[in-house]
Amino acid sequence: MKGNEALAHAAIRYGADGYFGYPITPQSEVLETLEELMPWETTGMVVLQAESEVAAINMVYGGAACGKAVFTSSSSPGVSLKQEGISYIAAGELPALIINVMRGGPGLGTIQPSQADYFQATKGGGHGDYRLITLAPSSVQEMADFVGLGFDLAFKYCTPSIILADGIVGQMMEKVVLPPQRPRRTDEEIARQCPWAVTGKPSTRKRNVMTTLELEPSAMEVINNKLQEKYKLIEENEVRFQTYDTDDAEYLVVAFGSIARICQKAIEDAREQGVKIGLLRPITLWPFPKDEIDRLSQKVKGILVVEINAGQMIEDVRLSCHDRVPVYHFGRLGGMIPDPQEVLDAFFNHFPEANKQ
Amino acid sequence: MDKNDIIKEENRVYKRPKLLTDNIMHYCPGCSHGVVHKLVAEVVEELGLEEKTIGIAPVGCAVFAYNYIDIDWIEAAHGRAPAIASAVKRLMPDRMVFTYQGDGDLAAIGTCESIHAANRGENIVIIFINNGIYGMTGGQMAPTTLEGMKTSTTPYGRRVDLNGYPLKISPLFAQLDGTCYVTRQSVHTPANTRKTKAALKQAFQNAMNGLGTSVVEVVSTCNSGWKMTPAQANKWMVENMLVQYPLGDLKNTVKK
Amino acid sequence: MAKVQGVVVINEERCKGCELCVVACPADVLQLQSMEVNDRGYHYASMVNPEQCIGCASCALVCPDGCIEVYRVINK
Repeated sequence: MKGNEALAHAAIRYGADGYFGYPITPQSEVLETLEELMPWETTGMVVLQAESEVAAINMVYGGAACGKAVFTSSSSPGVSLKQEGISYIAAGELPALIINVMRGGPGLGTIQPSQADYFQATKGGGHGDYRLITLAPSSVQEMADFVGLGFDLAFKYCTPSIILADGIVGQMMEKVVLPPQRPRRTDEEIARQCPWAVTGKPSTRKRNVMTTLELEPSAMEVINNKLQEKYKLIEENEVRFQTYDTDDAEYLVVAFGSIARICQKAIEDAREQGVKIGLLRPITLWPFPKDEIDRLSQKVKGILVVEINAGQMIEDVRLSCHDRVPVYHFGRLGGMIPDPQEVLDAFFNHFPEANKQ
Repeated sequence: MDKNDIIKEENRVYKRPKLLTDNIMHYCPGCSHGVVHKLVAEVVEELGLEEKTIGIAPVGCAVFAYNYIDIDWIEAAHGRAPAIASAVKRLMPDRMVFTYQGDGDLAAIGTCESIHAANRGENIVIIFINNGIYGMTGGQMAPTTLEGMKTSTTPYGRRVDLNGYPLKISPLFAQLDGTCYVTRQSVHTPANTRKTKAALKQAFQNAMNGLGTSVVEVVSTCNSGWKMTPAQANKWMVENMLVQYPLGDLKNTVKK
Repeated sequence: MAKVQGVVVINEERCKGCELCVVACPADVLQLQSMEVNDRGYHYASMVNPEQCIGCASCALVCPDGCIEVYRVINK
């Protein structure tokens, strides 16, 4: 099935309570699949086509405030609209899952794939000091798997997580093993897991108020410090990445999402030519695998960062390797996807000394 | 009879609703918000919905509504309360969900969310406080500001050629198939306050009975923003606001 | 003696002196204190003509701050 369809199936099977979305290419299959599967008849999951992305993300904010497992999906221009609500969800320390199947921008841009929302997702696209746990799938299987992972991390840390997929993974069809169907949590389970949830106030507890407003500066600083401590904890514990052929690598390619697969083919081709390139694929873009890149930068001669954007993740790679080795960027823009040969050409262009032929 | 002989539980005809917290409201003296808060608390109590009611607070003067009524609350982003209420009600259909919004929140930045929630016929109550001005941010023009009315952003009075017309949004709600009850009330006299309470009660019952969206507009005063005493503001409201926003039911599809 | 006798009890510290109760009272029972203020500096409302009170609760209904409780007896 398509990556977008896998997202929908996986969410139902996770036992999600609600989806709120608005159509936008190239991710409309998420909402379409959910409407077709009618989970409200089976698991009781709510599916609602909202009037806008702004409304959809605020529905997610409301649902998350009730302790429910709720999510939304969109593509780049729509995710820009959602930034208001994402900031509120982060500030409210609410668990929620956001999916961005990226297309090329800026502006209305193109409906073709892109990875140009890296900054937006990893640096906090809305206002205020906050972070999103950012998962970058590179296969349809990961599209399905990261729904559960994204929800689990969101609930573990009470913070929103985002699946930052590109249009390629969204539209690509692959075999996928879906997780088994889990029941939705009961009201009792929600009350136990989320004692802060807004559910209607029983006489046995004080009222629960989900607010992100605090006018007293000293109190607002405490709230911010608490967020930052949580982000530090996430950075310490939740870094995920994959490496290929890095053990004996003389050069390193860093790429995320679908382009990492193209890079994997490129480094295999390079190996056949006797050029030892390794690949590091960050799975969490935030927290970023900076320690592993730091470590690898001490044994390679140079790093090429390949992204379908004008150079965004490269900034984090550079920060991670402390100027130890040259770091170059290669990318295509506007919805263009480089093939393995273009990646290799770019590599040899930047590192001509590596060319042994 | 001596005063102290009269002040006895059995003789009490009016008491502060239990659901109102002890917090002193931050509203200016004479502000209509306080009266409407009190009525909401009374209605929730009288319908026995204390444990089921979830309020969605706006951005605006009523942003701190959650400090005053002892129920669960969600504080919304500006204008988004009806979207939040839609999700909460759908995820927990047996709860009583209401939004409490001012004219800027509901009729300017949140027009999209409020109209669409009502058009979907969400089983929620929208309480709309219309005082024709942005109180919290310091008295700027609202969509409902009357023609000629002075605000801090229309210092020479609202001009329709520059600022458009006062927005009558309740008639818009009334024409939507999703609404079952749209009414415009006020709280400037004891009689009007009683009527507003009855309207709120019907609206809450409609929501619990799954009849669709109910909208209760309360034409209100902002005496600070209008730069009048509370009593003068009431008079001005009757002479000006109620001409543009006449009181009464705009729609009631529910047989009593 | 009046057939209906009422008493209003005003939470003076909660009162903000908005005067809406004074206007709403049909029996001219209430006035704002002309000199006295509460801890927050408001001239709070009080009964100046208590014997005229009919316990109609009009004052309490329009009070935005919920400061007023009303009691009433009907003398037989």
